[in-house]
Amino acid sequence: MTSLLTAPTAARLSFKHAGLILFGLLMLYPLLWMLKSSFIPESKIFDDFGLIPGELTLENYVKGWNSGEGIGFTGYFLNTFLIVAGSLIGNLLSCSLAAYAFARLNFKLKTAFFALMLAGIMLPYHVVAIPQYILFSSTGLVGTTFLPLIIPKILAVDAFFVFLMVQFLRGIPRELDEAASIDGAGPFRTFWAVILPLMKPALITTTIFTFIWTWNDFFSPLIYLTVPESYTVSLGLNSLVDSQTSSGLGPLFAMSVITLVPVFLFFLFAQKHIVQGIATTGSKG
Amino acid sequence: MQPGKGATTRERPDSRPAPPPESLGFRSKSSVAAGPKKRTPRKKGISSAYVFLTPWMLGLVFITLGPLLASLYLSFTDYDLLSSPNWIGFENYRRMFTEDPRFLKSLAVTFTYVFVSVPLQLALALALALVLNKGIQGLALYRSAFYLPSLIGGSVAVAILWRQIFGGEGLVNELLATFGLEGMPGWISNPQTALGTLIILNVWTFGSPMIIFLAGLRQIPAELYEQGSIDGVGMFGRLRFITLPMLSPIIFFNLVLQVIGSFQAFTPAFVVSGGTGGPVDSTLFYTLYLYERGFINFEMGYASALGAVLLVIIGVLTALNFYASKRWVHYND
Repeated sequence: MTSLLTAPTAARLSFKHAGLILFGLLMLYPLLWMLKSSFIPESKIFDDFGLIPGELTLENYVKGWNSGEGIGFTGYFLNTFLIVAGSLIGNLLSCSLAAYAFARLNFKLKTAFFALMLAGIMLPYHVVAIPQYILFSSTGLVGTTFLPLIIPKILAVDAFFVFLMVQFLRGIPRELDEAASIDGAGPFRTFWAVILPLMKPALITTTIFTFIWTWNDFFSPLIYLTVPESYTVSLGLNSLVDSQTSSGLGPLFAMSVITLVPVFLFFLFAQKHIVQGIATTGSKG
Repeated sequence: MQPGKGATTRERPDSRPAPPPESLGFRSKSSVAAGPKKRTPRKKGISSAYVFLTPWMLGLVFITLGPLLASLYLSFTDYDLLSSPNWIGFENYRRMFTEDPRFLKSLAVTFTYVFVSVPLQLALALALALVLNKGIQGLALYRSAFYLPSLIGGSVAVAILWRQIFGGEGLVNELLATFGLEGMPGWISNPQTALGTLIILNVWTFGSPMIIFLAGLRQIPAELYEQGSIDGVGMFGRLRFITLPMLSPIIFFNLVLQVIGSFQAFTPAFVVSGGTGGPVDSTLFYTLYLYERGFINFEMGYASALGAVLLVIIGVLTALNFYASKRWVHYND
């Protein structure tokens, strides 16, 4: 593959790179333009279409941060972090417990349950959203509490992650947990002390996607969080759109950028795992 | 940044890089049975399995399967959350197909969105994967850049950006104005073009199928190409007779995944249209309509019926995909 490049192939290769770079810039241009626009005075946003800002200002950020309904963006961020934390703990624990049972333990209903779990991956959320809503509203959990968003995660509803972990466990030699059980460890001990540490890569992938999906989620917060005090960043940002005429484009862009920052940071630090996770499981990302 | 090659495979202890999509249960018989073959009679394991599965089983009852059945029941009722559900038989379904032009409109909008954007998105993903596959320098960087939009494409922030790009005084029109095309109407406020802007948004998120294609391309044995070059097969011949057939299970996998995912798109249409599906219902996605009937009007029975139809549509589309796949997907067993 990496034999000596002859002159024409070298030329073709740099042509290819030029094309890729151009295409990449075109793809990312809207994002970069929004980033730039968020740092310049609002009146200058449409002055030029380049990506190099002239006069820098943080005014949009200050104005945007203080412009949200109710508790403002400080509160929206805190709310979102709380929901993300609950979802993370829920998914990591409940999905790994289920995955261990599917991958390692024998039980009567295994085939049926496994098929149900796989079917769960395909189940469209909107189909079950209504009975779920009725259930949560009849127990008085709709409006201000985050529980309707977190409880499903505690109950291993993201079957996608269960499946991911089952696949991962199938690749781990059985000898390891059989050795543990010969040493007298019961299934719980084996799970906690042997399996869970071995599952680290799958747990990392789960963490990343749970974080990003929960962070970006809009539909379920829209249904369940009805007062501005309980808004997540998605809801807060959306409420800013309605009041855009008063708050202006600059602050709206600034807040859009800032809500993307945690996802970008995750992406930067966890790229390898993200790529691996998608490649192995075909997640939507 | 990771130097591309090997990064995707290193952490899998079983040294099976990227299990092909049949592991998602597509050829499910083999994969369901692929669990532990040895039925070691461990009594402890039998009883404790259900303890491990307790959260999942509760989820099945209260969050997934239970609500699914409840939804089917509610779809035959008239229910507004205040009084108890009132059985009306097939009335919801009858109304839907005979008296509800907005339902039919939302179907048309969603089908257009899915059937235009998914093929474009997959074609772009495949093209880029083919270009990036040849051990190109800076692969990790390109891959990240192209993948980034997938990561945030469903966020409110990007939907807001799209509103601005295609708005009346948005980026596109301001750019056009510098070329002398002044006073263009907003792309999102024009019923002719509004859906198009959302289609562009979906195509823009071609990065995740691209990564799946890249993983698939790595699985194709190099010998096949060596054989091909001995036989004097040209570039297009290689694509036509080696790459595409070998990649067909992955293409199929991406197709199923993206069709299902796109059918459920919600956030972009909601934010870009301000929650209305407008202008004149031109971006009334199916999920948007379901949301409106269920969570704005609180017609829980009718919205459940909409949900049941959504389930049937997705089921039928998936089944059709599987059926058609027998004709063109080549499994290399």
